[in-house]
Amino acid sequence: MARRRGQFPEEREGKKPKDDAIEVEGKVVEPLPNAMFRVELDNGHKVLTHVSGKMRMHFIRILPGDRVKVELSAYDLTRGRITYRFK
Amino acid sequence: MIELKSPAQIAYMREAGRILADAFHVCRDLVKPGVSTLEIDREVEGLIRERKAKPAFKGYRGFPATICASINEEVVHGIPASKRRLREGDIIGLDLGAIVEGYYADAAVTLPVGDVSDEARRLLNVTRESLELGIAECRPGRRIGDVSVAVQRHVEDAGFGVVRAFVGHGIGRALHEDPQVPNFGETGRGPLLRAGMVLALEPMVTMGHWEVRVLADRWTAVTVDGSLAAHFEHTVAVTEHGPDVLTADAREAA
Repeated sequence: MARRRGQFPEEREGKKPKDDAIEVEGKVVEPLPNAMFRVELDNGHKVLTHVSGKMRMHFIRILPGDRVKVELSAYDLTRGRITYRFK
Repeated sequence: MIELKSPAQIAYMREAGRILADAFHVCRDLVKPGVSTLEIDREVEGLIRERKAKPAFKGYRGFPATICASINEEVVHGIPASKRRLREGDIIGLDLGAIVEGYYADAAVTLPVGDVSDEARRLLNVTRESLELGIAECRPGRRIGDVSVAVQRHVEDAGFGVVRAFVGHGIGRALHEDPQVPNFGETGRGPLLRAGMVLALEPMVTMGHWEVRVLADRWTAVTVDGSLAAHFEHTVAVTEHGPDVLTADAREAA
């Protein structure tokens, strides 16, 4: 039986979707230092967010006024991660 | 890490290899139009268990059968099925593995079903010859790249393609050990061969382009362009005196 080159899919280590995160949408209201943003969620809450590493890798810029998808930490609901910018 | 095997360990692997050689004898008689690949699987499993060995592939990463049966454009790892019946003019790759006392042997042949086209026959011959040329390089002081080049040159000179997505491998206490043994490469590159290494050499050759994809069953690899593919394999020990083919059929006197 031939050996597959590269890793088997089930062996691949990598980013698994965070299953304890809450996904919500909101609007960027204010850019902050260190690539952080204040985002006003659709439910009115304001949270401190950073841009996900994957988005940074792809140079996706975030500007005030953009609609974004945010993953909230289940442990600290005042912080989150921007995972998508709507066009 | 490449593990060297003692003569005693190699003896177990040779025992496993003999069982495979005998199984191929049975397969040669069995392969006829109308036979299903599952029937061949059952026969081979019976023979392996009768000889107090274990099938090496069954359950390996979830593979469901004793043999891999790959028809025509299927390159490797076809899953036997009662619905897959051989037809006149097909070529079928049979890949077998057995475990004796925890030691593995792995071998494959591609057989014609009845009369096949001249081109298909040439594909089988070239692939078998490329394996022989690769085996001839299996001696201390050569490198894996020398083995790879011997196979690749013969195949590509014949105008066929060498599959890149799958490779041969070290073998011993596991089915797949280090090193990888590609069928393409560069002379003088790769790990140095030493006496005591045991390698499974397995050229996978396509009549067209070498690109393959794996079907939704997660196993069967087919050529992307649908061209025919052939696969031959031996388990070979590197010794001071040169290559020692552990899966050779004594009756063929090869």
